[in-house]
Amino acid sequence: MSLKAVHLIFVTLLTSLSFGCAAWAFQSGSPLWGVMGIVTGIFVIVYGVYFLRKLKNVSYL
Amino acid sequence: MQIPYTTEIRPDTGLYNAKLGVWLFLASEVMLFGGLFSAYVLLRVGAAPGEWPHGWLNVTLGTINTLLLALSAITTLLAWAACKVRDFGKFKFFHASTLLLALAFLGIKSYEYHDKFNHYEIAIGSGEYAGKFADGHFKSQSADFDLAKKTGTVTLEGHIVEDRKELMDLRSEEAKKAVHKELIIAAADIKKMQNYGPWHNTFTAIYFTMTGLHGLHILGGALVIFYLWGPGSKMWKTDPERFTNRVEVSGLFWHFVDLVWIFLFPVFYLT
Repeated sequence: MSLKAVHLIFVTLLTSLSFGCAAWAFQSGSPLWGVMGIVTGIFVIVYGVYFLRKLKNVSYL
Repeated sequence: MQIPYTTEIRPDTGLYNAKLGVWLFLASEVMLFGGLFSAYVLLRVGAAPGEWPHGWLNVTLGTINTLLLALSAITTLLAWAACKVRDFGKFKFFHASTLLLALAFLGIKSYEYHDKFNHYEIAIGSGEYAGKFADGHFKSQSADFDLAKKTGTVTLEGHIVEDRKELMDLRSEEAKKAVHKELIIAAADIKKMQNYGPWHNTFTAIYFTMTGLHGLHILGGALVIFYLWGPGSKMWKTDPERFTNRVEVSGLFWHFVDLVWIFLFPVFYLT
């Protein structure tokens, strides 16, 4: 498995963490942190698409 | 003598040597951290009701550290991508960025550790607050302060609680209402004085063990990244393909360390 594949796993987990943190923040009564979590999650998804396009010629293995 | 399979794929494994080596190493690392995470789960579910701390760690600092490591994973990938397209200048820039982000992470972690070592809980045996507990950050102590000889005074910036269970959940409404003030406590009145180091309770023990081990991995990874950025980068001139593989392997280790933090952060900071 190449760095590209591991990075894709990392981006997926980071997205989950961002949305998870947002849910935690809303539940803890910190809406500002919640919004920041959602924004970060969306940013990470956009970055994920960018990196996949940038490395489209690199193997996953 | 030419070392085989440093760049070309070995037919039986489908990998070049270093990648096989790092995956075997990472498999052992998964078992190491997996064992510690299992220990954490067992300690937590085994804790008596109200005995497991909540809100003891600074979520803002933890979040900043998470962002730093996330950025460092991106710069590691971009450094490898730069090597792939033979852009050595960009590789240098991205690897230096990774190094700086790693150092910033360690700096913040050191501050957090320092804060815990400077935070004391004092069981008071006699005097005005007899039977109560003082909790707060160390400010100063008198010149003659000696806990064993029971002389002098110590000053904390904190508050007094009736029961130490009140110190367990710092996210509770009662804890948020606590007013912190300067507390001067005579050594003669102190029954027990202990900071929030690894010895304080089960939570601090597993917190320091896991984040400390993770911090050592960050330090080790940063040393490797520094080597590849500095003296080790000479290989770029003689064997750029092999050098690119080295950068990939160091990136795989770095991503593993970042993935561990993605689990450590919610487990310790948010629960």
